[in-house]
Amino acid sequence: MNEALINTLNSLVSNATPLVIAAIGETITERAGVINLSLNGSILLAAMVGFAAALATDTLLLGLGAAVIVGAVIATIIAFSTIQLRRDQVAVGFVLTLLAAKLADFLGQPLNSASGPSFSKQPIPLLADIPILGHIFFEHNILVYFSFVLVIGCWFWLFRTRPGLAHRAIGERPEAAYARGTSVNRMRYVYTAVGGGLVGLAGASYSLSIKIGWPSIISYNGDGWIALAIVIFAGWHPFRVLLGAYMLSALRAAASDIQKSSLNIPAELLNTGLPWILLIVTLILVNTGQIDRLLIALPARMRGRFQALLKSDAPAALGERFEAS
Amino acid sequence: MNHTPRSLGLRLVFLVLPLLVALFVSAVILLLLNQEPGEVLRQAWRGAFGNERRIASVLNYWIPLSFAAMGLVITFRAGLWNIGIEGQMIMGAVFATYIPLYVPLPPILTISLSLVLAATGGAIWAVLVGVLRNRFGVHEIFGGVALNAIAAGISLYLVRGPWALVGNNNQTPVFPRETWLPTISDRFGVSQLMLILLVIAVLSIIFLMGRSRWGLQLKATGRNRQSALLLGVSVRSVSLSAFILCGALAGIGGAHRVLHTYHYLLPNVAGGIGFLGLLVVMLSGFHAAIVPLVAYFMAALSAGSTRFQTLLRLDPSLIDVLQGILVLTYVLFSGIQDRFFPRIREGNEEMKKEITTNE
Amino acid sequence: MQIEIRHIHKRFGSIQANDDISIVFPAGRIVGILGENGAGKSTLMKILSGFQTPDEGEIWIDGQAENYRGPQAAIALGIGMLQQDPLDVPAMTVMDNFTYGAPGAFWLGHSHLREQIQSTSAKIGFDLSPDQMVNQLSIAQRQQLEIVRLLALGVRTLILDEPTTGISSDQKEQLFHTLMELAREEGMTILLVSHKLEDVITLCDEVIVLRAGKLVGQREMPTTKSELVHLMFGQQLTEERRNERDIAQSNIVLQLDDFTVETQRLSVEPITLSLHEGEVVGLAGLDGSGQQPFMRACTGLMKGAGGRLRLDGEDMLGRGYGEFRRAGVAFGAAGRLEEGLIAGLTLIEHVALSQASDHWMGVLDWQKAGAEMQTRISRYDIRGAGEDMIEALSGGNQQRLLISLLPEQPRLLVIEQPTRGLDVDSVRAIWGQLLARSEQGAAILFSSSDLDELVTYSDRILVFFEGRTHLIEDPSQTTVSDLGHAIGGAFDSVQGEHVRA
Repeated sequence: MNEALINTLNSLVSNATPLVIAAIGETITERAGVINLSLNGSILLAAMVGFAAALATDTLLLGLGAAVIVGAVIATIIAFSTIQLRRDQVAVGFVLTLLAAKLADFLGQPLNSASGPSFSKQPIPLLADIPILGHIFFEHNILVYFSFVLVIGCWFWLFRTRPGLAHRAIGERPEAAYARGTSVNRMRYVYTAVGGGLVGLAGASYSLSIKIGWPSIISYNGDGWIALAIVIFAGWHPFRVLLGAYMLSALRAAASDIQKSSLNIPAELLNTGLPWILLIVTLILVNTGQIDRLLIALPARMRGRFQALLKSDAPAALGERFEAS
Repeated sequence: MNHTPRSLGLRLVFLVLPLLVALFVSAVILLLLNQEPGEVLRQAWRGAFGNERRIASVLNYWIPLSFAAMGLVITFRAGLWNIGIEGQMIMGAVFATYIPLYVPLPPILTISLSLVLAATGGAIWAVLVGVLRNRFGVHEIFGGVALNAIAAGISLYLVRGPWALVGNNNQTPVFPRETWLPTISDRFGVSQLMLILLVIAVLSIIFLMGRSRWGLQLKATGRNRQSALLLGVSVRSVSLSAFILCGALAGIGGAHRVLHTYHYLLPNVAGGIGFLGLLVVMLSGFHAAIVPLVAYFMAALSAGSTRFQTLLRLDPSLIDVLQGILVLTYVLFSGIQDRFFPRIREGNEEMKKEITTNE
Repeated sequence: MQIEIRHIHKRFGSIQANDDISIVFPAGRIVGILGENGAGKSTLMKILSGFQTPDEGEIWIDGQAENYRGPQAAIALGIGMLQQDPLDVPAMTVMDNFTYGAPGAFWLGHSHLREQIQSTSAKIGFDLSPDQMVNQLSIAQRQQLEIVRLLALGVRTLILDEPTTGISSDQKEQLFHTLMELAREEGMTILLVSHKLEDVITLCDEVIVLRAGKLVGQREMPTTKSELVHLMFGQQLTEERRNERDIAQSNIVLQLDDFTVETQRLSVEPITLSLHEGEVVGLAGLDGSGQQPFMRACTGLMKGAGGRLRLDGEDMLGRGYGEFRRAGVAFGAAGRLEEGLIAGLTLIEHVALSQASDHWMGVLDWQKAGAEMQTRISRYDIRGAGEDMIEALSGGNQQRLLISLLPEQPRLLVIEQPTRGLDVDSVRAIWGQLLARSEQGAAILFSSSDLDELVTYSDRILVFFEGRTHLIEDPSQTTVSDLGHAIGGAFDSVQGEHVRA
């Protein structure tokens, strides 16, 4: 296999990692029935705070920890204002996404392109020696490995554990969860905070791994929205989140390749516009059920299986309040 | 936003109280930053009403902000989150740029055609969001965010490519002097035309919302799309019309930025005014009549941010933060108010829910 | 187990739902809880099963006062409730629903639970396949799942809230058979909440009657139907029958020829039907049998899949709701506050909105709308003021307003579940208004899960089962029980014909 291609795939995996982590975080939150719309701002603020903390303490882990806390705190504000105060999730999430981005701007000024610590690659012994795949998947830093574990762990949690069953139920039908003894709102707080913490971690993985420092990650401004769309595309399913994030990362890489090959497409349009156009096209395909129609070509027996795989119904109680009488 | 408190007095108290709490929280934050809130307020006041030049600079921020915010009143009424407003302003600015740059016409024609084009550009961009939502089920938030990015890409491309100023890839050439919007006076550099247009827009929107059948249909659509449809409202046209009007107003706001504020097109021409418009409408509790006032307050803060920097050594980006905190506090406090003093408001949701479900 | 409730009070706002209720439910008995809608029977059962807490009063179980909160705590004490709309998670499998809430380890190891679900359901004659998705099940199957689940959790007292609504006669017989066995052989206490006298008479050993939140009577069975009616309503009700009218002579409003409807889950067989002026056709069938998409296709809210649909002779297939509306079709949906009325709008605003004559660009005339509102309030006996928010009205008044908002002289009225969840007064008022319109020449198509209502008010009944249909030409020759069998697929049990061209 072509070495350049393998290298491209390798960087594709590492570049997609923050998207994977953020979208899994949001999946966890939305599976519990809460929408955290603050992703874009949360990521920026967490990236800034994470970098600042790592710089000040010279400890990467403290940087991660600080970023997680930032994400979790913002998410908890959303949970509080929607569960306790009955505010509109979209309104609060939107205000927070703006506010967090502005806060990052304001508080991050002293950092101004300071250089700081970052995660270095740690190939996994043995696994990294696997031909081709080893280089693509197992020569990365620890955050990338964490994203693998996260995706698999999230799947196991949701579909193979008892608390995961309750997790899904509070997003699907909170009344039924309540009837079975689950404290719906308490668990919604927990999953919103956990999901938010992961969003924060995604922020730190920009500023401590992908594009080190602050405010250099501004060029990834917008990824929070993309992560939100990936969750929809993925039908709230962890493996499809991974797939979606990798596909998007691949398209980005392709876009910059096209640009280099000096086809007559304006770079500005390609860079800022393309991911969004793709995103809209994907959402259209998902929402209008066109994907299902593509399956008609398949034999009937396989169709059912693929349909189940591509099914993307939102959690039935997503965004709905629950109050036990 | 759906309660009707009993007396006008109570209604005012509950309108103003969250605003006061939000101001108080901002003051505390300023204190924490070692700033004198009173001094900031005094400077903001001076900036807002101090002298002609300052008032003019606030007004020049206030005009596009109010256009956007009044447009958003319409989309919010229809239950739509028009986050794409920023892109609609950009497209308005882009459309308004073409004639002054390339088509030599008499000034009156240039200005009026540019405004029409700007409204069209904003409306087109808004219609796209509406169509994505109506026909393809793409939520307006995603459609809006995506179209914002694409609009930004287009303006960036034009400014760097076909419309570039030689030797500067951050703006187009400056428009010919005669295509600039006329101002009230040299010292008071505010466009009377835009002021008049804005006043007309504000008054007609307030009227349309309260008294027209269309306004009622908007409200019905916003509250419950399916019920509105069954009651005979053609909800698709209604929500599309909301998008069109909002986009057109935002486009005119964007035109104000290029025809008056800068006199050339630049990449970040909307400068977050559209997003600020969303905050303004939320801070107004979605009441159309209050929007211009709240917008003036926000405009005074934003327009004065450079003065704050020189006078008080306050970072300009702190103003953005304060605006966000103001709105967040407002939203949260109005929640606390509804939650803990429900009896004061007439619509005691909880009780009604119990009664209707128990039947 | 024996349950004793003492002096239970429960109030919602201005409504006293339970007013000083004390009863003893002995073990091994099947007790019917009767009362019309709003009598407080559901509230009382929700208190027993932990979904609600009483304002005052005590619950004694086997001689011991128990103070519990939440359904889980009630289940731990042995009291489980099957809600009218079973509280399951539709997007999960039967297995997952069964597992969730049952004790067990962290990991989902399905094997022993899988056996348990199969053995428990086999024992009581149910047939549940663990891997099926719950949203594919019928109401009856979902009830079975809940019953099996509650039994597996060790419940000794089973409360059932209106379990016979929306299931067929066969399914009902099976359910009753199971309940009877549970009581006789396992010694379980069964509490059956119902407003259907026939059900209570068939099944119960004893019946208690609630009225306006108070316990007004307790009778050992058997007892007469008229006595129960007297207890429930405090008066005798006269049986209602429609006047015989000759509709065959009148004009055809809606003409369907080989008309088909398709949804993702179901395709309805071709239907050929002529609906005349003044005719009332009831649609019977279990939920999801095809009547709902059929009605929506008759109003343009859904596109018909094939055949012809003519309204007053004009071909309307493929047109939208707006055009149907202009052609004189009016639609009333089942969920009042979801589809029909708008929470957050006042009564007057609703009236102003429904005045189709005004142009959308027009200016609202609040005085005219207010006057119009007043006439409707008095004509339809709506208890509320023009400035009230719609959600402040009771269900009955909401439904009356909804009916009042329908056009005065429609050609075709299509109404889903016109009286679901309403008290007797409201039911009569609503039907009075509907029949008045039919006498003025409107054709009416309505669906109902209340078989009595179908038999009472329909000139003809169209029965749906899994997309197949069957037309009963003369409902007066049909009993409720026959109709119950027909909605379960046994079309032979009723007269009539298979509706095909």
